[in-house]
Amino acid sequence: MSISVAEVYETASMILSHHLDIRTVTLGVNLKDCVDGHFPTLKSKVRRKLDSGARRLVAEAKSLEAKYGVPIVNKRIAVTPISLVMEAHATQAKYVQMARTLDRAARELGVDFIGGFGGLVHKGITHSEAVLLRSLPEALAESERVCAFLNVGSNVCGLNLDAVNLLGPMLLETAAHTCRGVGCARFCAFVNAPEDNPFMAGAFHGVGEGEFGLNVGISGPGVVRAVVEQNRECDLTQLSEVIKRTVFKITRAGELIGRELSARLGVPFGVVDISLASTTAPGDSVARVLEAFGIERVGAHGSTLAVALMMDAVKKGGAMASGHVGGLSGTFIPVSEDRGMIEAVRAGALSLDKLEGLTAVCSVGLDMFAIPGDTPPETISAIIADELAIGVVNNKTTAVRLIPVPGARPGDLVEFGGLLGCAPVMAVNPFSAAAFLRRGGRLPAPVTSLRN
Amino acid sequence: MGKDKELVFITVIGQDQKGIVARIATYLFKRDINIEDISQKITGGYFVMTMLVDVADSRWSIEKVSAELASLGADMNLKIQVQHENLFRMMHRV
Repeated sequence: MSISVAEVYETASMILSHHLDIRTVTLGVNLKDCVDGHFPTLKSKVRRKLDSGARRLVAEAKSLEAKYGVPIVNKRIAVTPISLVMEAHATQAKYVQMARTLDRAARELGVDFIGGFGGLVHKGITHSEAVLLRSLPEALAESERVCAFLNVGSNVCGLNLDAVNLLGPMLLETAAHTCRGVGCARFCAFVNAPEDNPFMAGAFHGVGEGEFGLNVGISGPGVVRAVVEQNRECDLTQLSEVIKRTVFKITRAGELIGRELSARLGVPFGVVDISLASTTAPGDSVARVLEAFGIERVGAHGSTLAVALMMDAVKKGGAMASGHVGGLSGTFIPVSEDRGMIEAVRAGALSLDKLEGLTAVCSVGLDMFAIPGDTPPETISAIIADELAIGVVNNKTTAVRLIPVPGARPGDLVEFGGLLGCAPVMAVNPFSAAAFLRRGGRLPAPVTSLRN
Repeated sequence: MGKDKELVFITVIGQDQKGIVARIATYLFKRDINIEDISQKITGGYFVMTMLVDVADSRWSIEKVSAELASLGADMNLKIQVQHENLFRMMHRV
């Protein structure tokens, strides 16, 4: 059947007017085969492995951008959780050297971020993982493109509070080592971390993955907003329908480009992650989609329902469009990277508490928000623990990426630059849960984990 | 001729004006690209023209053709987008 002018125009205007793009193509690379007792050999094996897999990643992605006229905004690499590769080299100095090795490789291969500098500690922490955690402030300060993560819980293991308790002090130290605390933007704490997530800062190449795998993150909040604005009077069922149809189309573009790029690179195609992801560009905002629903400002009562409706429609539309949907597949509601979110915080519509509430129905968590730099470490750990408890209990992925900005007060606007945007500093609850957190240990897995 | 076709859509969006088809068709002829079909309509307040073209015989890459058409478009205050047909088949057909 021939393609009509209207269909061609619809696609062209999605790109020209509404920021349709492929947000990221992320090549997962297994590094387990690089393990070596001799540290210089380990580093050179890692470098060779990255070169062998990712040498043509950027060039082939650019060629596909031209072929389909669809921008591929980010080209990235995710590696095996680095603590697994570094078990025999558990010193802070060596972890920092490994971060430099990965950083240099990323720069020379032309990718903006390389993820996987982290570990899986959802049940317990090995000696090497504890050293990794201590090395993070320096490793993040000494690198520009390395992204770190820690998976500290799951719905089958519960939440490792001992690990969470280490994160507050670690983030404060990382913030102190980097300008305006921006190093913290490259660290993500997870529960139920997906092994094939293409989005940073939390991407890593899971231990169940093969040698390589290419995962695609789509986007398109601007496209969804446009279609919602064209349907001002319809009820929720119809609204869901129009979003589903649009997300189907967006996801198909991701599926096409993912399949073709992986064939060109000679690596298996993994998943399409159907998350809506904002950028700082005008109109490319998830908050604006919710406003188009009829919410005056994100954070107003009714916002949770709106996010729930959007999420469900995105998943249903995307699921049919791809052979394998995976990764996070939710909706990012980062504060600093979304103009509508920034405005909502500044207008007093959106508090940290309501943001946490919204994450119960989105899937990604508390993302890219700034808090005062004098927030006690126990309070930072408690913010993380609360968010991650939502994930553990509800059998879903949640994550936290927060920036305690040194010297900043609630209401200050902090510029992080580039993709990271700018964040209004949000007030935290002044009361303490330190005595509760000091109990340590592990939150038992919820009864819903007993499914066998 | 004789190779399998490789079909690409060229989308032109902007104000209607004299010479759009002439200038684009002349360019395509120079690049050894055959026009298979042309449609146009006014939609969303814009003049929209789509050309389905076959680039199989062209020695020039889609990257180059796309960049040159974008700059031709800029001269005429038009947006010209070049996209392989497969994209539309994926997005608009189940």
